[in-house]
Amino acid sequence: MVFQEQQPNFLRTGHAACAGCGLAAGMKLVFQAMGHKTIAVIVPSCEGSIGGVYPNTAYGVPTFHSAFEIAAPTAAGIANALKIQGKDEIQVVAFAGDGGTYDIGLAALSGVTKNNDDIIYVCLDNEAYMNTGIQVSSATPSYAWTGTTPEGNPRRKKNIMEIMAAHYNPYSATATIGFPRDLQQKIVKAKSIRGTKFIHLLVPCPTGWRTPSDLAPELSILAVETNVFPLYEVEDGRRYTLNHEPRSLPVQEYLLKQGRFKHLNEEQIRQVQMDVDEEWERLKQRAGRFASRK
Amino acid sequence: MKEFMTGNHAVAQAVKLCRTPLIAAYPITPQTPIYEKLSEWEATGVLKGIMMRTESEHSAMASCIAASLTGVRTFTATSSQGLALMHEMLHFAAGCRTPVVMANVNRIIAAPWGFWADHLDSLSQRDTGWIQFYCENGQEAMDSVIQAYKISEQVYLPAMVNLEAFLVSHFMEPVEIPDQDAVDHFLPPLDLPHKFDVEKPGFLMTVVSSELYRKYRHMAQVSMDSVKDVAVRVDREFKDVFGRGYGIVEPIAMEDAEVVIVTAGSITSTARLAIRSLREQGHSVGLLKIRLFRPFPNEALQQVLAGKKKIAVIDRNNSMGSGGIFCQELKAALVHSEDRPYIYNYIAGVGGTDVNPEVIQRIALDAMERSEPMDQPMWIMEE
Repeated sequence: MVFQEQQPNFLRTGHAACAGCGLAAGMKLVFQAMGHKTIAVIVPSCEGSIGGVYPNTAYGVPTFHSAFEIAAPTAAGIANALKIQGKDEIQVVAFAGDGGTYDIGLAALSGVTKNNDDIIYVCLDNEAYMNTGIQVSSATPSYAWTGTTPEGNPRRKKNIMEIMAAHYNPYSATATIGFPRDLQQKIVKAKSIRGTKFIHLLVPCPTGWRTPSDLAPELSILAVETNVFPLYEVEDGRRYTLNHEPRSLPVQEYLLKQGRFKHLNEEQIRQVQMDVDEEWERLKQRAGRFASRK
Repeated sequence: MKEFMTGNHAVAQAVKLCRTPLIAAYPITPQTPIYEKLSEWEATGVLKGIMMRTESEHSAMASCIAASLTGVRTFTATSSQGLALMHEMLHFAAGCRTPVVMANVNRIIAAPWGFWADHLDSLSQRDTGWIQFYCENGQEAMDSVIQAYKISEQVYLPAMVNLEAFLVSHFMEPVEIPDQDAVDHFLPPLDLPHKFDVEKPGFLMTVVSSELYRKYRHMAQVSMDSVKDVAVRVDREFKDVFGRGYGIVEPIAMEDAEVVIVTAGSITSTARLAIRSLREQGHSVGLLKIRLFRPFPNEALQQVLAGKKKIAVIDRNNSMGSGGIFCQELKAALVHSEDRPYIYNYIAGVGGTDVNPEVIQRIALDAMERSEPMDQPMWIMEE
């Protein structure tokens, strides 16, 4: 096997991300796994900012900075044009943030997924509008501080994977930068499938999560090991596969390392633990039902 | 070959004749028959390509822009609220310099709700950088779509072909369908100089400095200005091949006209009849149809209106707080005219209300009787 990390890096040096940015690490890993026969779509988000200002760019494959809410139909337009031109060997990857996916781009993503247009859609989830400062999105977890939830987010994080599964699309998967091999294997797998593939990529944001700049990989691993962010795949909206048996650490291990959760009281931490446990049990049931088909 | 068809089906025929392989659309009355006809042809293989059945007009335009940048010819059709929803992407299409062609069926903008003819939907998009044509009938709509591709693909700006709700979109008329071979010859396959290329990677639509933004806007303006000449040339070439031409403006019985009626779209057909009656009654009334609205054909209008003293502009739209938009533009075009014509504005047909020959005759006679200029638009309010 050729390891994807040995492939060229198409998020080149000189990009403008903050120190320790999980999103930049995530994009780099995705680009490596995609290879050079790739056209990328980005939208207003941190990807838009870190790509560089004309005439410089960090992106090493053809990249189009489209409008905020249309990562999916932009990518689908390119993919269908390539199909018309018979260029089947070129794949299109769309990157959008959590705001561009969970909020303003949700209808457009749903439309493309319903049509099963042949794209890989990567949601770079840093759990708030980070490029505009730090404002709450529907991917922001319970109780998290943001600039627009100064007393903590009163609502739970939206379950985007279940929304995608409800489209019966061929492939959706969660991934995070702390498990780079898992992420790249999922991208390679997505490339081998025709239709709308969705990668929910958790990318810790030191700036917005109020953490030291060297913590993104560790937080990424802790998110998985506390069951806050399990690694799994959903095929055709029905077949669930768990990719990693987590250590099920208490959620404090993850929460208390982050400034955005530092104000949480015991009751709130207990509530987060209950929510995580509930989701994890439900996920295990779904995966277990299809365990024999792994 | 002549066939009896609606304006909507004439537009669909044009798209098929142009061999447009990527269409993205979303249903909206009264455009939907275009979407349905093209979907039928795509499903049965008559039209070789892909129909993207998107979840909104906004996404339809997004897909057209992206596909165009990949190097294929694209089309969408919309109307009214759908065009308004696309607004952000209309600016984007022009800024990306994509030759996307769209048919817009002019329908009133809510609220209140309604489905009838009114030009405000597309006129509200006049600053988005789209070439705009206004068509009188189904034949002209068909021919304008073919011409629009040829113009857009030379200047790298998107083009909107407008036809009014029901009066053109659903009205059945005999329409001459050009030969496929002749259209193929007239409109060669799209070959854009720049498109996404994995062997030559580039980053499109990066953040630019203020100075660069200004430079690109200016370059687009220069291209837009060139459309006036390009459109005239393309129309002439079209006439040479197909025997029909429209001009970017059309003067009718203007030589001795004391009053010139100015129209756009289907009201022109009615006005052709009205001025015939007026002339039979001994009134020297002329007619001027504006077909190209963006870019606004200032020079052509100055030329055909030279020496005219009274102009009556009929607007099937109203810009609240100002007046009829065709009239505003025409006044600006003639502001330095040595003839200092009186330009009267009649708001007629708003909301799809009927503008019959009698209304047009009354407008002409009203303008003829006036001896003073009038800044305020006059609303035609017949029940």
